[in-house]
Amino acid sequence: MEFYDKVWKPQKLVLSNGKVVEEKRSRTPVILLLFIAATYLSVRITGFSFYTIMERGSQFFVILRQMLSPDFSYLGSIWKPLLDTIKMSLLGSFLGSILAVPFAILASYNLVKNKVVLAVVRVFLSIVRTIPTLVTALLATYIWGLGTMAGTFAITVFTFSYVGKQLYEMIETVDMGAYEAMEAIGAGRAYAFLSAILPQVLPGYLSVSLFCFEGNVRYAAILGYVGAGGLGLILNEKIGWREYDSVGMILLVLFGTVLLIETISHAIRKKLM
Amino acid sequence: MNEAILKMYEREPKNWYMKIAIALLVVGLLAWSLSAVQSGNDTGEGIKIAGKIVNGIFHPDTKLLFDFTTSGVAYLLLETLCIAFLGTIVGAVLSVPLSFFAAFNLMPKPVALLFRVLIMAIRTIPAFVYGLMFIRVTGPGAFAGLLTMSLCSIGMISKMFIESIENLDIKILESLDAAGCTMFQKIRYGILPQLFPDFMSTLIYRFDMNLRDATVLGLVGAGGIGAPLIFAMSAYKWNQVGAILVGLVVLILIIEVISSKIRTRLISG
Repeated sequence: MEFYDKVWKPQKLVLSNGKVVEEKRSRTPVILLLFIAATYLSVRITGFSFYTIMERGSQFFVILRQMLSPDFSYLGSIWKPLLDTIKMSLLGSFLGSILAVPFAILASYNLVKNKVVLAVVRVFLSIVRTIPTLVTALLATYIWGLGTMAGTFAITVFTFSYVGKQLYEMIETVDMGAYEAMEAIGAGRAYAFLSAILPQVLPGYLSVSLFCFEGNVRYAAILGYVGAGGLGLILNEKIGWREYDSVGMILLVLFGTVLLIETISHAIRKKLM
Repeated sequence: MNEAILKMYEREPKNWYMKIAIALLVVGLLAWSLSAVQSGNDTGEGIKIAGKIVNGIFHPDTKLLFDFTTSGVAYLLLETLCIAFLGTIVGAVLSVPLSFFAAFNLMPKPVALLFRVLIMAIRTIPAFVYGLMFIRVTGPGAFAGLLTMSLCSIGMISKMFIESIENLDIKILESLDAAGCTMFQKIRYGILPQLFPDFMSTLIYRFDMNLRDATVLGLVGAGGIGAPLIFAMSAYKWNQVGAILVGLVVLILIIEVISSKIRTRLISG
């Protein structure tokens, strides 16, 4: 950015009291140019065309219209996969959030002074976070076979990486006064952590875990597509048979469930904050 | 012990029955959810496969990784990047009107509520279902992936947009009003400067997520790096899986570093 200021010299302004101030040239043209170039490249590579959307856009609604008349007689066989999905996300979120705690502690620079440990744990957390959940689920199905176990594993891994990052960021912004005072009067570090830092981060931690659980219920539905159990399994099956009215019913039930869970969790999170 | 401290202890709220109830509820829910853990084949073969997977990931297929033709990792990553980029932009364009209509401080309550339900409904449909719908429109390929990505982004983008809109500082508009500004000037100098940093920050964050979610598109053949990845996995070619994953992880890490830098600059001004 310093280079930029050398090429396009800052504008000099003389104020009414004789002082000279410099206003740096706006960066907007460069950013805009980069943006347009990136858009052009993306349009070329992805083959984006408004013409196709105009011409064949109505095709999008063919399946949607069939889904909008859900087959209510199918409702009976949805409950078990739905409960499986909820169980998977519940267990996965729980295990993931618990697992995240030790790693988050090891990744907070105000608790761990060893730079090597910090770096290793942080790199580990970010690599785990970049691996797409779908890939984790697919890999898990090779190890544990098709079923809810694979889905639970994938959700655990995802929750672990997400909660881990949020938690260490929370721990780092905590007020260290109480912790240092307890250490000064001779409390062990574990004890000081439990009674000085834990109460500060606990509401945030629970809130993040619940938020993660909300998202996981929706995500678990996708996982079934690779055979990791739950709603996605029957969703995949019905799409394969082109029974879109059943697909519509499944999605309607999912919508209701997600709405219910979000409302409950939202209420709890509001109370925590 | 000091009497004052004891007194404070006594004033501590005694809600142990509440705590026990919550603990029981959590334990009960967990016990209930444990029944979901049933594995298909627990013959010990899992560990062997896991070993192969890990081995493949640590020995990536370098020929595929450094192949710069259209079937190499580099081009596939570029394609994924483009899908995520345009998908985010199209999603943002669709989200702006939706979120203005769903903001409680601008619209009457029933209208806002209606749009919120609509946004939630859009968010509930999984990505691969959208993928199937769009393949009817465009045929398989990156274009379908882009459109899918844009619809999937709407849910989160408009949720964040709504929050920024509802946090608008109205006083600025009132003072602009008092100074005799026109409608256009009020939007240009009163609303846009408030919303722009938040919106950009949201979009960059979503771009990050889209890049990560792009593998889902591969399931339905909607372009990007997902399809080769999933093909390689189902063909047990773990070296290729390793090559693709390494490329993807490196790309995502680079983008994450850049985007978090831009976002902190946007927020701190």
